[in-house]
Amino acid sequence: MSEPTQSSPTRPPTPSALSSRSDRQFEILILALASVIVLVFVLSIYLLGSESWPALQRFGLEFFTQRTWNPVEGVFGAVAMITGTLVTSLVALAISVPLAIASALFVAEYAPKWLANPVGYLIELLAAVPSVVYGLWALFVIAPVLSRWEQGFFQDPARLALYTSCKNLWDSGSTTLQCFFVPSTFDGRGLALAIIILTVMILPYTASVARDVIRLVPQEQREAMYALGATKWEVISRAILPYARAGIMGGVILALGRALGETLAVAMVIGDSQDVLKSLFGGASTMASVIANQFGDAQEALHRSSVVTLGLTLFFLSVIVNYVARLIIARLTPKGIQ
Amino acid sequence: MTPILSAKNVNIYYGDKQAVRAVDLDVQRGTVNALIGPSGCGKTTFLRAINRMHDLTPGARVEGTILLDGQDVYGSGVDPVNMRRRVGMVFQKPNPFPTMSVFDNVVSGLKLAGIRDQKRLMEIAERSLRGAALWEEVKDRLKTPATGLSGGQQQRLCIARALAVEPEILLMDEPTSALDPASTAKIEDLMSDLKKVTTIVIVTHNMHQAARVSDTTSFFLNGDLVEHGVTDQIFTSPRDERTEAYVTGRFG
Amino acid sequence: MTTSVRTAAPAGRTLSPARRFQNMLMGGLILLATLLVVAPLILIFFYLIREGLGAINLDFFTKVPAPEGETGGGLANAILGSVQMLAMASVIGVLVGVSGGIFLSEYPRHPLMPTVRMISDVLAGIPAIVMGLVVYSLIVLQFGFSGFAGSMALGFLMMPIVVRTTEEVLKLVPQTVREAGLALGLPKWLVTLRIVLPAAAGGIVTGVMLALARVAGEAAPLLFTAFGNSAINLDPSKPMSALPLEIYRGATSAYDENQRLAKAGALLLITLIFLTSLLARRASRRK
Repeated sequence: MSEPTQSSPTRPPTPSALSSRSDRQFEILILALASVIVLVFVLSIYLLGSESWPALQRFGLEFFTQRTWNPVEGVFGAVAMITGTLVTSLVALAISVPLAIASALFVAEYAPKWLANPVGYLIELLAAVPSVVYGLWALFVIAPVLSRWEQGFFQDPARLALYTSCKNLWDSGSTTLQCFFVPSTFDGRGLALAIIILTVMILPYTASVARDVIRLVPQEQREAMYALGATKWEVISRAILPYARAGIMGGVILALGRALGETLAVAMVIGDSQDVLKSLFGGASTMASVIANQFGDAQEALHRSSVVTLGLTLFFLSVIVNYVARLIIARLTPKGIQ
Repeated sequence: MTPILSAKNVNIYYGDKQAVRAVDLDVQRGTVNALIGPSGCGKTTFLRAINRMHDLTPGARVEGTILLDGQDVYGSGVDPVNMRRRVGMVFQKPNPFPTMSVFDNVVSGLKLAGIRDQKRLMEIAERSLRGAALWEEVKDRLKTPATGLSGGQQQRLCIARALAVEPEILLMDEPTSALDPASTAKIEDLMSDLKKVTTIVIVTHNMHQAARVSDTTSFFLNGDLVEHGVTDQIFTSPRDERTEAYVTGRFG
Repeated sequence: MTTSVRTAAPAGRTLSPARRFQNMLMGGLILLATLLVVAPLILIFFYLIREGLGAINLDFFTKVPAPEGETGGGLANAILGSVQMLAMASVIGVLVGVSGGIFLSEYPRHPLMPTVRMISDVLAGIPAIVMGLVVYSLIVLQFGFSGFAGSMALGFLMMPIVVRTTEEVLKLVPQTVREAGLALGLPKWLVTLRIVLPAAAGGIVTGVMLALARVAGEAAPLLFTAFGNSAINLDPSKPMSALPLEIYRGATSAYDENQRLAKAGALLLITLIFLTSLLARRASRRK
C-alpha cells in the first residue's frame, strides 16, 4: 500500500507534464478536436433534417414522385431535379470514363517521362479549377457555339414545324426520343451544356485514380504478356486493365459523387427549368442547381423547406456513393492492387 | 549484492499465444548480459517487457514480476513513462529523430523533458557522445542533421542518446544487425566501457558477438529460458543438450 | 518456361496486319483522348488571359466594383474578403484536421477511431453547397450573413482533406522513431508533438496548401453564409465578399463591365490556385 514516490532517490520527482496522466489529458484534447468532425456530420443531419421537416411532413414520399415544382402554387415535387441530377451525372460519367482511362494509360504506359510528368500535372490542375471558372468558360465560350447551332435549327422551316409539334408535347409534360434532340431554347444553355462541362470537371478524378492504380500494376504482369508476343494494346487490354479494374471502379464512383453534387458550374449553364426532362438542348435543373438558384430567393417557408429537402437528399446520396466507393476500393483492392 | 534486474516467473502473451514462458533471470550490476536463441524464441519479447514497451502493443500481456533495483516495474501505481526514463534502449535499426541535429538528438530526452540549461546540456552531450565513442567524429558538426551521419555513427548516436538520461540499465535489441562489420566492431568494443557506467542486456542473433561481449548469457528456445550462466560456461560446457546443439551451430 | 516462350515467339514475330493495325489505332485514340482531356485547361487559361488580363491593373486591386451599368472599379472587396475568410477557415481546418489526423494515426486502437475515419471520409464527399445550407441553419438564421459564417463553411470543407493527408504522412514516420522517444521516458504527447509531428510537417503543410487551394475557389458554400458585400469589409461579423462569389455574380450579370471584372477575377483566382498547387506538389516531391 505504501508507495509514496516511485522515482529513485537520486532523481527529482518528475513534473506531472511528463507522466502518463498528461498523456491522458492530451488524448482527451485530441479526441475532443477530432470529434468536431463527427459533430459537424451529426449537426448536418440534424439541421438539414429539421429544416426539411415541414416539406417532408406536407408531401411525405410524394416529394420524390411528384413531377410539379411550382413555388407559386406551393407544390413541390423533386422528380425533375432528381432525373436532372442523375441524367447529367451518369451521361457525363459515361463520356468521361473512357477519356479518363485513356489519358491515364497515356501518362502511365505511352508517354516518355519528360512528357508524362507535365501531362499528369495538367490533369491534376484540371481538378483545381474552381467550379465558377468552369461555369464562366462554358457560359462565354461553349454556350455561343451551341447557340449558333440552335438558331440555325430554328431558321429551317421544316425543322421549325418539328419544333412546334414537340412544343405541344413538352407542354403536355412528355417527350419523344426525336423531340429529345430538338432544341427548346436558342441561348445555348441547357442539359447538353451542363453535361459537357460536368464531363470536363469530373475527368481528372477518374484519371488520377486510374493513373495511380495502373502504375501499381506489377511489371511482371506486363512482361508476361509481352513474352507471349502480345502487342502493346493487347498487354493493356488483357493484362493491365483487368488487373487495375477494381481501383479504376473506385475512382469512377468517386467521380460520380463529385458529379452529383457539382453546383455552380451546372447552375450557371443548365437554364434553370423545373420541367421534367424534355429536351437535351433546353433548360433543366439538378438538385444542387436548384439550391443555388432558389434558396436565396425562397420567401415561402414551404419553398425554403423543400429546397433544404433537396440538400438533405443530396447529402444522403453523397454519403451512400462515397461509402460504396470506399467499400469497393477496400474490398477489391487486395485482389486488384498489391 | 542485489541484482539490478530480477525477473520472476515472467509469462508474456500475444492474445492467446504465449511467447515467453515462466522465465526467471537475475542480472548483476555492471555486467553485459546476452540473450541468444533462434528467431521467434522470445528473447526480444522478453527484452521489451523490461521497459514496458509491450504496453503499446495491442493484445500483449505480461505476467509475473520484473524488479528493477528492487522495484516492481509492473507494480500498481508505477507510471510506465517514469519507468522508461530509468531504462535506456537501443533498437535494431538506427533511429535518430529525423528533424533534429546531432546535438538535439543526444539531449532530446532531457531537452524535451524541460531542461533548458544550455551549459549543462552541452556537458551532458559531450559526456554521452564520448561514452558512445562518437565525440571525436561529430564534435565539429553537432548542429548538422543527424540523418547525415553514416549508419554506424547513427547507431552510436542512438547509444549516446540513451546514455544522456543516465539509465540504470541499457537494453540493446540486436544493435548491430543492420551495420557493416567495421561499425559492428566499434560498438562491440564500446560495450566493455559502457558497463562501467551502466548495465547492459543485449539481444543478439550472433553467437560470436555474445561470446565476445557478454559476461553472462541466457539461451531462449520456443519461449523458454533453457539455460542461463556465465558466458564461458554456456559456450564451452553447456548443461542442456539443446543449448549445446545451438551454440555448436546444429540449428538456428 | 523457356519452351513456352519459344513456342510463343513465332506468333509475336508474324504479327498479323490486323493486330498491328489495332495496336496503332488504339495508340492513336489514346493520344487523341489525352489531347481532349488537357485541351479545356489550356483553352480556359488562354481565354482568361485574353479576356481578363487587360482588366488587371491597380484599380482592380484597390477599388470595389462600380455600380451596375457604370464602368471601372475593381475587386478589392473580394480579394480582401477571400484572404480574411481563408485565414479564418484555416484555423478551423488545421486545428481540427491535424488533430483528427493525429487521432487516426496515433490512436489506432481507440474504439472511436473507425467511426471518426469513416465520417471524415464521407464528409469529404459532401457537396460544398450542402455545407453552405448547414452553416446557414447553424449560424446565419440567428446571426445573419457574415464573413465568419463563410469561414466556418470553408473550414468544415477543409477539415476532412487535412485529416486525410495528416494521417497519411504521420503513418510514414517509422514506428521505431516513436519507440525511441517513448524508450527515453518521454510521454506519448511529447513524442507525438515534438518528434513525430515535426518529422511529418512538410507533408502536412502540403496538405493544408492543397486544401486551401481547393476551398479558395468555392463560391457555392458562401452564397448563403458570407453572402457577398460590394464594399470593403474588415468586420467578420458582417457580410463579406470573396473572389469566387464576385466571379459567379459577374459572370451571370448582364453588364459587360461586371463580366469583364469576373474574367479578370477568374484569371487571378486560377493563377493563385495553380501556383499554390504547383508549390505544394514541388514541396511534396522533394520529400
